[in-house]
Amino acid sequence: MADKIETHTLSVLVDNEPGVLARVIGLFSGRGYNIESLVVAEVDAARHLSRITLVTSGTPMVIEQIKAQLDRLVPVHTVRDLTIEGAHVARELALIKVVGSGEKRVESLRIADIFRARAVDSTIESFVFEMTGAPEKIDAFVNLMRPLGLVDVSRTGVVAITRGAKGI
Amino acid sequence: MTTATKPPATAAEMTGAEVILKALADQGVEVVFGYPGGAVLPIYDAMFKSNYVRHILVRHEQAAVHAAEGYARSTGKVGVVLVTSGPGATNAVTGLTDALMDSVPVVCLTGQVATHLIGNDAFQEADTTGITRPCTKHNYLVKDSGALAKTIHEAFHVAKSGRPGPVVIDLPKDIQLAKAPYVGPEDVEHKTYRPRRTPDPQAIEQAVEMIAKAKRPLFYCGGGVVNSGPKASELLTQFVRMTGYPVTLTLMGLGSVPASDPLFLGMVGMHGMYESNMAMHDCDLMINIGARFDDRVTGKLTEFAPHSKKIHFDIDPSSINKNVRVDLPVVGDAGEVLAALIAQWKKKKAKPDGAALAKWWDQIKKWQARDCLRYKASKTLIKPQYALERLYALTKDLDPYITTEVGQHQMWAAQFFKFEQPMHWMTSGGLGTMGYGLPAAIGAQIAHPDRLCIDVAGEASILMNIQEMSTAVQYRLPVKVFILNNQWMGMVRQWQELIHGGRYSESYTEALPDFVKLADAFGGVGFRITKPSDVDGVIKEMIKVKKPVIVDCAVDQKENCFPMIPSGAAHNDMLLGPEDQAAKPTSDEGLALV
Repeated sequence: MADKIETHTLSVLVDNEPGVLARVIGLFSGRGYNIESLVVAEVDAARHLSRITLVTSGTPMVIEQIKAQLDRLVPVHTVRDLTIEGAHVARELALIKVVGSGEKRVESLRIADIFRARAVDSTIESFVFEMTGAPEKIDAFVNLMRPLGLVDVSRTGVVAITRGAKGI
Repeated sequence: MTTATKPPATAAEMTGAEVILKALADQGVEVVFGYPGGAVLPIYDAMFKSNYVRHILVRHEQAAVHAAEGYARSTGKVGVVLVTSGPGATNAVTGLTDALMDSVPVVCLTGQVATHLIGNDAFQEADTTGITRPCTKHNYLVKDSGALAKTIHEAFHVAKSGRPGPVVIDLPKDIQLAKAPYVGPEDVEHKTYRPRRTPDPQAIEQAVEMIAKAKRPLFYCGGGVVNSGPKASELLTQFVRMTGYPVTLTLMGLGSVPASDPLFLGMVGMHGMYESNMAMHDCDLMINIGARFDDRVTGKLTEFAPHSKKIHFDIDPSSINKNVRVDLPVVGDAGEVLAALIAQWKKKKAKPDGAALAKWWDQIKKWQARDCLRYKASKTLIKPQYALERLYALTKDLDPYITTEVGQHQMWAAQFFKFEQPMHWMTSGGLGTMGYGLPAAIGAQIAHPDRLCIDVAGEASILMNIQEMSTAVQYRLPVKVFILNNQWMGMVRQWQELIHGGRYSESYTEALPDFVKLADAFGGVGFRITKPSDVDGVIKEMIKVKKPVIVDCAVDQKENCFPMIPSGAAHNDMLLGPEDQAAKPTSDEGLALV
C-alpha cells in the first residue's frame, strides 16, 4: 500500500484576525505536514477576510487530513482543494538579482526578454528582474541565470484561483 | 443620585470584570474552579461584591482544569476555570491538553498583564494564547473591552458544540478594569463556526443496508456517544438491541451501553477484553459510532480488523480516515446519527441475518469462555483485582461516580467496574495524565454533593495532585481516594518486565508518605488495608465517613495487568496472563511504540 505522494494547492479563506496564520502554521508543524509554499494577504477589507494559498504534499489520505484539520480551525471559512477541483491559474512572482559584465550580462537580458521578465533595477554591473509565472517557469529562468551571475532570488510562493466564471 | 433606590447598572456602567461575571451567570455557570493572582484581582474583587457564581479555590491550577473536567463530564455542562497570568496559565496547560484529547468542554479564563505591557516581559507575563494554541480547541486574547461579552459567549458556544473541547480567554488586566458594554448570549452568533450535526440521509440508508447484511458485525462505540448526551446512550442501547449485534466500547465510552447487557462484550483495546478484541479482529462489519481508532484500540494498524468493512460516524470530520481508512464515512452527532439509523432500520423493516448471527455469537461465546479477567486469588496478598471487585460489589448500588489516575489501577478499574449508565466514569484516556483523578473527583463531587465519588488511584499518581486533599477538606467534599499501593509505578514496571528485560529503572518509589497520617494531616480520614480479609470492612467504613478519605490498600507488588495486546501486536495476539508473556517477545517496531 505504498501511496503516491501528491502535491496539492489549497485555497483557504480565513478571518483576518491576530493569530490566524500561527494557527495554520502550528497545525502543519504540530502534525508533521509539509508546507511547500504559503501566501497570505487580506482580500476583503470590509469583511476582514484573508486568503491563504498553500502548496502542500502528502499521500491522498494525508491531504484529506490536512483539509479536515484546516476546516476545523474556528476562524477558517472555507478550504478548497484547487488541485482536485480542476482547472485553475497558479502564479508566482519572483525578483532575481544577476551580477555580471560583458557577454554574460547581455545574455541575461536576452533570456529575460524571452521569459518576459522585466528589469526593475539596474546598475552598470547588475540587474534585478521581476517575473511572474507558473513556478516551473520561474525555476527554469532561475536555472538559466545561474551561470550568468545569479546572486539572489526572492519568490512570493504560489497564489492561485479557479478558471471560469465561478468564484472559489 | 437622589432617588432612594439605585437603578440597575446599565451596560455603560459595568466594568470588564463585572461583564465577565454577568456573562458567566447568563451562560448558566454555577461553579468556577480557580486560583487568584495579580492579573485577575479585578475579577476576584467583582466576585467578592456579587454572588453570581460559586468559586472553588483549588491548590494548583492544573487541578482547577481537571476539577472542571470532572464537573463537566459528570453533568454535561461546560466546566469553568479562572486562573492568573504567567504561571497560572502555564500550570493550566496540562489540564487543557487533557481536555482537548478527551473532548471535554471547558472554558478557561486566564488573566494577562495590561495590554500596553504585553510583549515587554512584564512580571508574570507569558504568551498564553501562543502557548495554548495547540492545546485548545480555540483561544482568544481580548484587547478591546467592547468585544468582551461577545467573546465570552462565543467561547462557550465553541467549547460545547461540535466536538467539545477547551477554550481559553486571555484577559488583560486593563480590560477587566475598563468600562465595557454588555450583550447577552442570545445576541451572539459566530461568523463561520457551524459544526455539522445532522448526518447525510443517503449515507444513513447505505449504512442500514450494510448493517442489515452483515454476517459478523460489531458495534465499536466511544466517547462521542457519551458527549452527545444521555439520550444518545439510550438510543445506542436501543439500536444495539434491535439488531442483536455485539457491542464493544472504548475506555471513554464505558457506560453508554449498560454493562449488564448480554450484548455488551466489555471494553476493547490494549487492556480490553479478549472477546472484544477477537471480535474486532474477525468481524466483517465494524460500526464505529463516536470512537476515533486510537492506537490503544487498533494495535498494529496493518493487521487491524483485516476482513472488515468499516462505517465511521463522527462529529469531527478530521477523525475520519485519519488512522484507519473506512468504507463509509459519515459526519454527524452520535445522537442524531442513532436516531436516523433507528428510523431507517424501522422504515426498511430491516432484519439481521439470523443464521449468520447465531454462528457469530457461538464463536464469541467461545472467546468469552476463556474468562480473560481471571486471576490467581490469594489468601495472604491483596490482589488489586480482588480489591476492585470488592470495591465495585460494595458500592454499585450507590451508583458511584468513579474517577481514576493513570496506570495499572486505571485499567483494572475499567475492567472490574461495570457501568450501567454514562457520565459516571471519568478517566484521562487520550493524554494519560497522572494526577487527574483526585481533582476530577472533586469536580464530580461539587456537582453531585450527596453522591459517592471515588478516585481509584495508584500511590505514584496520587502524589501528583495530592495537595487537592486540602481543597476537599475546605469544601467538606467527602471524596474517597482508594489507593492500590504496590510501591511501583505499576504500568512502567510492567512494561520494563515485559519489554525491557526486567531492568526496573527508576520505577520503584523508595520513600512513600504514610497515607493514613497524610489524610489526617489534611483533615481527612485515613485507612490502611494489608490483608484480604480486611478489604470489605474498610470499604464499608470508608463509605460511611462523610469526610475526605484516603484508603491505602497494600496490594500484590508483582501483579501485572492482563489481558494485554503487547505494543506493536495485533488483536488476535493477546497476552492472557503471566504464562503467555515469556513466549511472545516484543517486535522491534513494538519497542518504539509508546
